[in-house]
Amino acid sequence: MIPPAFEYARPQTVEEAVRLLGEAGDEAKVLAGGQSLLPLLRLRLAFPELVVDVGRIPGLRGVREDGDTLVIGALTTHHDVVRDPLVRRHAGLLAAATATVADPAVRHRGTLGGSLAHADPAGDLPAVVLALDGELVAVGPNGERTVPAREFFVDYLQSALAPDEVLVEVRVPKADGWGFHYEKFHRVAQSWAIVGVAAMVRRENGHIAEARVGLTNMGATPLRAAAAESALAGADGPEAVTRAARSAAEGAQPGQDASASPDYRTHLAQVLTKRAVLTAAGMG
Amino acid sequence: MTDQAVAGEAEAGREVGRSRLRKEDARLLTGQTNWTDNIQVAGLLHLAILRSPMAHARLTRVDVAPALERPGVLAAFSGADLAEGLGSLPCAWPVTEDIVLPDHPPIAVEEVRYAGDPVAVVVARDRYAAADALEAIEVDYDPLPPVLDLEAALAEGAPLVHSDKGTNRCYTWPLTTGEPFDAVRERAEVTVKRRYHQQRLIPNAMEPRAVVVTPLAASGEYTVYSATQIPHILRIMLATVTGIPEHKLRVIAPDVGGGFGSKLQVYGEEALALAVARRLGRPVKWTESRSEGYLATHHGRGMIQDIEVAATREGRLLGLKVDLIADMGAYLMLVTPGIPILGAFMYPAIYKMDSYEFNCTGVFTTRTPTDAYRGAGRPEATFAIERIMDELAVELGLDPVELRRRNWIRREEFPYTTIAGLTYDSGDYEAATAKALSLFGYDELRAEQRRRNERGDPVRLGIGVSTFTEMCGLAPSRVLRDLRYGAGGWEAASIRMLPTGKVEVVTGTSPHGQGHETCWSQIAADVLGVPFEDVEVLHGDTKSSPQGMDTYGSRSLAVGGEAVHRAATTVVHKARRVAAHLLEASEQDLEFRDGVFSVKGSPEARKSIQEIAFEAFTNHDLPDGVEPSINAEHVVDPENFSFPHGTHLCAVEVDTETGYTKIRSYVCVDDVGHVVNPMIVEGQVHGGLAQGIAQALYEEAVYDDEGNLVSGTMADYLVPSAADLPEFVTDRTETPASSNALGVKGVGEAGTIASTPAVVNAVVDALRPFGVDDVRMPCTPERVWRAVREATA
Amino acid sequence: MTHIKVNVDGTTYEDDVEPRLLLAHYLRDRLGLTGTPIGCDTSSCGACTVELDGATAKSCSVLAVQADGCAVTTVQGLAKDGEWTALQRAFHECHGLQCGYCTPGMIMAARDMLRENPHPTSEEVRGALEGNLCRCTGYQNIVRAVLAASGQQDGSGPASRAQDTPGRQVSEEVTA
Repeated sequence: MIPPAFEYARPQTVEEAVRLLGEAGDEAKVLAGGQSLLPLLRLRLAFPELVVDVGRIPGLRGVREDGDTLVIGALTTHHDVVRDPLVRRHAGLLAAATATVADPAVRHRGTLGGSLAHADPAGDLPAVVLALDGELVAVGPNGERTVPAREFFVDYLQSALAPDEVLVEVRVPKADGWGFHYEKFHRVAQSWAIVGVAAMVRRENGHIAEARVGLTNMGATPLRAAAAESALAGADGPEAVTRAARSAAEGAQPGQDASASPDYRTHLAQVLTKRAVLTAAGMG
Repeated sequence: MTDQAVAGEAEAGREVGRSRLRKEDARLLTGQTNWTDNIQVAGLLHLAILRSPMAHARLTRVDVAPALERPGVLAAFSGADLAEGLGSLPCAWPVTEDIVLPDHPPIAVEEVRYAGDPVAVVVARDRYAAADALEAIEVDYDPLPPVLDLEAALAEGAPLVHSDKGTNRCYTWPLTTGEPFDAVRERAEVTVKRRYHQQRLIPNAMEPRAVVVTPLAASGEYTVYSATQIPHILRIMLATVTGIPEHKLRVIAPDVGGGFGSKLQVYGEEALALAVARRLGRPVKWTESRSEGYLATHHGRGMIQDIEVAATREGRLLGLKVDLIADMGAYLMLVTPGIPILGAFMYPAIYKMDSYEFNCTGVFTTRTPTDAYRGAGRPEATFAIERIMDELAVELGLDPVELRRRNWIRREEFPYTTIAGLTYDSGDYEAATAKALSLFGYDELRAEQRRRNERGDPVRLGIGVSTFTEMCGLAPSRVLRDLRYGAGGWEAASIRMLPTGKVEVVTGTSPHGQGHETCWSQIAADVLGVPFEDVEVLHGDTKSSPQGMDTYGSRSLAVGGEAVHRAATTVVHKARRVAAHLLEASEQDLEFRDGVFSVKGSPEARKSIQEIAFEAFTNHDLPDGVEPSINAEHVVDPENFSFPHGTHLCAVEVDTETGYTKIRSYVCVDDVGHVVNPMIVEGQVHGGLAQGIAQALYEEAVYDDEGNLVSGTMADYLVPSAADLPEFVTDRTETPASSNALGVKGVGEAGTIASTPAVVNAVVDALRPFGVDDVRMPCTPERVWRAVREATA
Repeated sequence: MTHIKVNVDGTTYEDDVEPRLLLAHYLRDRLGLTGTPIGCDTSSCGACTVELDGATAKSCSVLAVQADGCAVTTVQGLAKDGEWTALQRAFHECHGLQCGYCTPGMIMAARDMLRENPHPTSEEVRGALEGNLCRCTGYQNIVRAVLAASGQQDGSGPASRAQDTPGRQVSEEVTA
């Protein structure tokens, strides 16, 4: 299929992008790598009047350290995230999960910021950034603001970004010493996760001191498995983890689609949480 | 396995039996292809089609006028605008005398009957303008009830797909042979009855369909380029549908990117492009997008199978009863009704029995029409019989391989006429099975399975077997007559010896990935004794290859290859007469070896066949009464089908916590008779396996309650990638077919037919300890998980 | 219309294009470079894979305007002076293609992987090809072909990164 017609702008600065978006009101779409937007356009599921291509704005690509925080430019491609030494050292969960996104060609073009701004609960990275307790930095007409990941994913395909805001960077606290694992369950390699579980575990004296669990595709937004996280604190072995994981889907309202029913998703969330946490904790 | 397969007269062959690298590859590897969508001609216009978003509705208004206002648009037509001069799309296989044959306009005029039925077309200067203009067309639909459930559709008072026909029943086709099944059931010690579901599949040839029509107004001639498997049949049918005289139509199948049955069709878009080109006097192109193709290109499978076997306690089969309900979809396309009938003869498979009762009812639904998909009727049959053989084995406490062994036709019993009336000319099920079991490590895997079951491993091992056969080499024309098929089953070939000694082989087959250019060259080179490189194979153009029945049903080699072989043999025969004259010897005194005639006893007196081609060209010194040509042409009508067979074994690991199935190993030993090119044969098996495994585990065309295709894009319909499939172990035994001189059987569909039941048998085998005796295809993780949960609840 | 300048297989083209024009259609319909086919509309099949500034991209999911100023390598630009690359030869010798429609994309994807991982295992090859669908081969001979070509010099075009990162081995596996 063929995209509908639109106007195109390729701003050179964030400020220019924000201005263009402001002028267009609700009728603009931001284009980064295009790996989510282009399929939508081709199936004519989106009809923007203006596409603002932020892909070449300098300074939005790459990874740097800021004290105890890792700062990842929104335009950093999945391919680069997976290979970045800083990400691998301080936010291994993000590198591991990003390696499971789509396929190599899509990972060359797709960006971290684009994936998060798309706010697809079936995407792998929103749940990961939630589990990492990340923050998202956006620039709008009134300057910069920082949104915690917990507040960023508002509804299905809807983020906290205003129509005239551009996501510029993702900040995640360094998770040195934490164990991690992303457990993605899908039917074929290229398909979306039926359910995915992003687990971060900090161990102390042989038991789990603290766990953070992000859930992919368990509702209209990515979720934290809060009940399971509390239950995991203090878990000292596989049995305790299995018990705690039973509350993984508490409060979630998973949807029905062609690939799974809600009760199967609920079951998967429990099994996958157990597996992800055991692997992250080195207990698997 | 030896790669030195040789055959018939080609016994001394240097080419046949050898893994020649393909002639086709060079253009495909370097992007110098000629896909239909590549074709550009001056003044080319683009056709786009507006399709019904509803499964069933009356069209109360189709207004194309607003589309004409859009930039770049030259014309737009509703179904009514095009109705004149556009007949019904053909069904060539009315399987019974009283079959219901609905009218099938290439574009809907009064009613749409599936989501995707065309309602209007736009013609514009480029594909972008055409796509935009579709959105301007205004259509009012008056909804009618969708018809989706096969059994409910047959009930009294059900909403009708074709209201003028008064029924959704298309036909009922029975076949009863041997003792009455009721009598056999009476004396049987064991009976097993099951219902299986053949989900709908979308063929997914990698090249989307496309058609280009270039008219020559001055002479009323039209050239149709189409991504088709059947240029010859298409030409005849398009002449019928459009009224354009057959001799004014030229059909070309350029490079065609896969078919698997989906391009064995006469499609509405082909007729529409022709009609529009005729109307406008301009060249027209239509190319489907993938998601459009999911609606518009025919689907495969789609059946409910009720199957019952009766047997003795020792495990001897007594009889088989099969009741099918087959989903025709909204219309009958080229061979829609015949697909389940191709399967009718295969349910008894390789087994001996006393009774067989088969009944198939075709049903109309408001879904995309079904038709041939790789295997076409035979995978469905093989699935049902091979699944229920496993169930019978469980019932009898027998190893599934042992049960098969007790019932199959033994090697010394060939030729054997089956209960379904087919005469299997050859086979060696013992040899193929023994080889497969040994490659697979059957006993070791069974031991591991027991260990896992004993320790309650959450990941269970399952082992599945399938000992299949199929009928291919379609087909003896008289059998086709008896089955009420509208054409013959012959194939044509001619050999043109060019003056410089080069050779043109003209074939009526129409390859789209199978490697006919390579294999036909091998056959011709052997018989003629000329270099492989000196042979060029011409195909897929009704102008250069005027006669053919095209490519489907694993027929090309057994029928078309045989025609090449016979034509080449005749060339040698004709050349011999010329050689005898030139060498001043009698024909009987000539030897022919490596392309050279020589006089026995005086080897210095010699003439190559390539030199003789030149002599025929100059005609300076030919014998009296001999025409100046050694060219030859043959049309072969096969005397029987061919019957490839094989034994496939699959081991799966099923994670009972998540329901996820992983194929751990897959071994198959196929017997496709003599082999022209082992490399190509192996490739055909690999590809067939992938598609059969995909049916077992991944693929399904899912519709919602309104009749919308839910798995409507390639992101939703799960075609497996390299990362999802295992490494296959393939091997062969070689029992030659007796129905053709080459001794070949056909290989295009074997892997697909055999693998689906092998995989599902393995999945069910893994879950037996939980009391599971079936998982519906595709065996998705959720279905597997539910099966375990429900069985253990 | 937006003005773009794109180098494709060593030749620079300048054109005014609609912003919505897909790179795949630009190559095929505007430049007549039909070696790159299109197989789907959801970036699932990978038939249209090309290299954009040395990294694979699915050209049906890239706008032509996004390629402005970039170098594109297609399957038509691989062979130099009629000399096939190692991958092209390996696909031929291992029967890694049947209908050939997926082949351009497969070769581009395989080439991309071999640059980073010149000696892959068969599992790594399968993983690298997860975004490229083939309906004919069951992938077995494609995997064989890539393994056969691995470690060999795959004649690279000017846009290739091969020279920049010779033999850099990066696993996409990340574990704790």
